[in-house]
Amino acid sequence: MSSSAITIPGVQIEDKPWVDTLHEWVTTVDHKRLGVLYILYALLFLVVAGVEALIIRIQLMFPHNHLVSPQVFNRLFTMHGTTMVFFMGMPILFGFANYLVPLMIGARDMAFPRLNAFSFWLSALGGFLFYFSLVGANGLYGAGNAPDVGWWAYAPLTARAFSAGHSTDYWALALLVSGFGSIGTAINIIATILCMRCPGMKLSRMPLLAWLNLVMSGMVLISVSPLTAAQIMLVIDRYLGGHFFDTQAGGSAMLWMHFFWIFGHPEVYILIIPCFAFMSEIIPVFSRKPIFGYPVMVAATVCIGFVSMSVWAHHMFSVGMNSYANSFFTITTMAVGVPTGIKIFNWLGTMWGGRIQFKVPMLFSIGFLFQFLIAGLTGVMLGSAAFASQLTLSYFVVAHFHYTLVGGVVFGVFAAIYYWYPKITGRMLNETLGKWHFWLFVIGFHLTFDLMHIPGLLGMPRRIYTYEPGRGWDTLNLIISIGAFIQAIAILAFVANLIISYLKGAKAGNDPWDAWTLEWSISSPPPPYNFATVPTVASRRPLWDLKHPEDPDSRYE
Amino acid sequence: MSAMANPFPEAPTTWSLPDRGKVAMTGLIIAESAIFTIFVVAYLFYVGKSLSGPTPSEVLETPIFYTICLLSSSLTIHRAAKSLARDRVGAFLGLWLLTIALGGLFLYGTAQEWHRMIYQHGLTISTNLFGTTYYSLVGLHGFHVTAGLVMLLVVAIFALAGRVRMQESRRVEVLALYWHFVDAVWVVVFTVVYVLGR
Repeated sequence: MSSSAITIPGVQIEDKPWVDTLHEWVTTVDHKRLGVLYILYALLFLVVAGVEALIIRIQLMFPHNHLVSPQVFNRLFTMHGTTMVFFMGMPILFGFANYLVPLMIGARDMAFPRLNAFSFWLSALGGFLFYFSLVGANGLYGAGNAPDVGWWAYAPLTARAFSAGHSTDYWALALLVSGFGSIGTAINIIATILCMRCPGMKLSRMPLLAWLNLVMSGMVLISVSPLTAAQIMLVIDRYLGGHFFDTQAGGSAMLWMHFFWIFGHPEVYILIIPCFAFMSEIIPVFSRKPIFGYPVMVAATVCIGFVSMSVWAHHMFSVGMNSYANSFFTITTMAVGVPTGIKIFNWLGTMWGGRIQFKVPMLFSIGFLFQFLIAGLTGVMLGSAAFASQLTLSYFVVAHFHYTLVGGVVFGVFAAIYYWYPKITGRMLNETLGKWHFWLFVIGFHLTFDLMHIPGLLGMPRRIYTYEPGRGWDTLNLIISIGAFIQAIAILAFVANLIISYLKGAKAGNDPWDAWTLEWSISSPPPPYNFATVPTVASRRPLWDLKHPEDPDSRYE
Repeated sequence: MSAMANPFPEAPTTWSLPDRGKVAMTGLIIAESAIFTIFVVAYLFYVGKSLSGPTPSEVLETPIFYTICLLSSSLTIHRAAKSLARDRVGAFLGLWLLTIALGGLFLYGTAQEWHRMIYQHGLTISTNLFGTTYYSLVGLHGFHVTAGLVMLLVVAIFALAGRVRMQESRRVEVLALYWHFVDAVWVVVFTVVYVLGR
């Protein structure tokens, strides 16, 4: 993004030397630039962790394959999981929140611009620390290793005795640092939404994207902090000789599991709720109808926020909790499906009877709806303690959470990129390449993750390095790997689209989708000051009111 | 753009939003409470599970005096913020310095207790589970007191230079909110470590 990103309409800014532009980007406190930095940083890690996934899939393509050693395989799935959750998922969603929330609520910037920059660079440092373990983990002898304890890092694997060198330290510090960044951003989003709304933007008129990000940020405060606390304990154990998770001195490995999953399960809702937010903005615009059941949507989101805080131990059905705990966590897990189901019905109700336009953002949104539904259904299956005892730690679980995180989060993020790219860059993404991207990705996704359920049911454990021929897993694994490569080709089409459209795409104009929220009322890309005059709103769809003064929404709300 | 110069309806006559400083500090307090909760749970979970001594009942002495110091500093900082809001800068400065002194006294008390435990009883963070959980929980709180004192000192330096006046009282109140939180956490830590944990 060159100087065009800060072009003020009607004012021609002369070209600056590139080093000045770089300096501006590094020192920026502007929410739009920080949003873009977050998104680019996350896309970089999407590619890195995607390559790790491809190596995993090549290793599992054939029985008795030895592309990588078992040690490297352990590092690969640890790096893949941690990167995707902490350095791809959270940053890209924070990036969109950063970029969109102030624009949608008619604010000049986030509540604390410098805290915003600080949080971004903390997260960036976290990602850097994590990958620095590749060279630094054995103390800079050039022969490094990477974290290999799995993304949930169960005790006692993380104890000094079982994890020599510094790879686990880099893992813990990276998550600690990026956790502080997440908490800073969450505080910022909450303060922005509560304190920076333009006149007339009552909470009941706020775009759903802002509402859902408010709930998400509240969840970050309550659930990322336990992870921070647990990492501090782990570092105390490893460096000061503490005994928190040291079973030899009376410590408990179970305690780490609880602390990790108290973070770990709300975390998946932290990732999916912003994608619900994208759906709630995109589906109405391409169905040409206002969102169905706005207050219910808000209530369901708050409800998910609360209930998802008390489901964490459904990750631990096989570790030997008592039957009361198992029953409790089964019931809460089933219960969280109810508000989620309400949301699905609301989006369907929005599409019902609408004049649906099958543009690329809408295609990804429809994909999201179907896939997230299936992911939710396997989630309800695994939420039952009896069922989970059979299938826990199998590929069925891997298939389930990739269905939510790829079929849900990644599809949601793609929808958001196709929808807001014109606002961010001023250029439309190419529709044909976008359709190639969508269809290839859908085919690859379903080949990989639909079939992945079956070896799980047949008993293939997760994190397995290789397997014997003739167990009925061979052909399935081959097709799963082929699907992964089709997804990789789709991502190449996407990256090509991002670059080609940035250079040669059609000009977007202020409002290419004929949408209704405030960000579309200003030029694309938006000027540094966002709004020339402070907007005021009288309904949930201020731009509808503006375009249809004869029949404004404000008359009915 | 010019066609949309002021395209939106009339602004409502009354439009007030909460103070962002207070909202952000509340957010921070929620996050910090979650961190402390995890440490408190770990402490309670491991009470009586140490495989070797020393045990809490052998070495802990209830720090009544220093607790009173810390809790009364909440009162002084509250009075200080009130004084500043009424533009009584002298009273503000006096109460502010008193708050710092009380906080410093509390830290001295913790240091003394730790010194006694380490050198008289040989209890360190790696001795047993009690040592691990005790030093982490009390240390985490002590760290927050220290961070608070640094911030209070920064304000004190500005106040001594005559730069803190009535218009700064909202910022001072945000800081006071943090200090109240640190005190409230001590009530929990005190109850858990010195009452329940023995």
